[in-house]
Amino acid sequence: MRPLLLAPTLALALIASSPALAATIEVTIDKLVFSPVSVQAKVGDTIEWTNKDVIAHTATVKGGWDVMIPAKSTGKVTLKAAGAVDYFCRFHPNMKGHVAVVP
Amino acid sequence: MFMRSTAALAALFLVSTAPLAQAAEKPTDPQIAHIAYTAGTIDVEAAKLAIKTSKNKEVVDFAKDMERDHEAVNKQALDLVKKLKVTPEDNDTSKALTKAAKEERAKLAKLKGADFDKAYIENEVAYHKQVNGALETLLIPSASNAELKSLLETGLKIFQGHEQHAEHVAGMLK
Repeated sequence: MRPLLLAPTLALALIASSPALAATIEVTIDKLVFSPVSVQAKVGDTIEWTNKDVIAHTATVKGGWDVMIPAKSTGKVTLKAAGAVDYFCRFHPNMKGHVAVVP
Repeated sequence: MFMRSTAALAALFLVSTAPLAQAAEKPTDPQIAHIAYTAGTIDVEAAKLAIKTSKNKEVVDFAKDMERDHEAVNKQALDLVKKLKVTPEDNDTSKALTKAAKEERAKLAKLKGADFDKAYIENEVAYHKQVNGALETLLIPSASNAELKSLLETGLKIFQGHEQHAEHVAGMLK
């Protein structure tokens, strides 16, 4: 009887102690355009880029993260710090995106 | 050679800005496909020379990006002409581009070290600028097939990116 009681209690404790479930935010790259161009996220969330182009891109923040996104593939980053950042593609700097990260 | 390639493209611009009465001089789709493919091949050749010659990481990385992107775009172009059953047609613009590029490569092949890096990157800036100008004012407006036009438009965005990337590398070499 005792272990049976303990199990649900433990499960509850685990849920309670973990912060809000981290989300994955999808951004598509098609013909050199990040879409949506601007996204909102929370610290701990992941952004995943899906590249539909036949050429590789990056999502790069000056002095910050640098994600490789190969042709016809995906790349992702888990956001560690709050703040708003602009990112661009190192290979094609005319490609620009924006992420607003809240705590 | 630089001057020559400028002259070749200046000729292109002259055609493009000529009155509509000369619409007959507009390149056809098979010619446009040939010009675009040739322009891509030229940049791949230049990139190969840079990868072999340069010791500068930024320059070599840039050249590898050019090789990879232009090969991918040219492959798309080949797939499209095959699908459309269009045979790319050689023409004076393609010939002028090829001749100018051969001369530029010969000039670059004589250079080493920082001189090579500077000359290669400066030519990349100018070359992309010229090709982008030709795409915008002549090739895209002249293309009649919608898929070809769309491929050229995406190509323009890619090459505008290359132009900015080349300018960035040129700035770092100064």
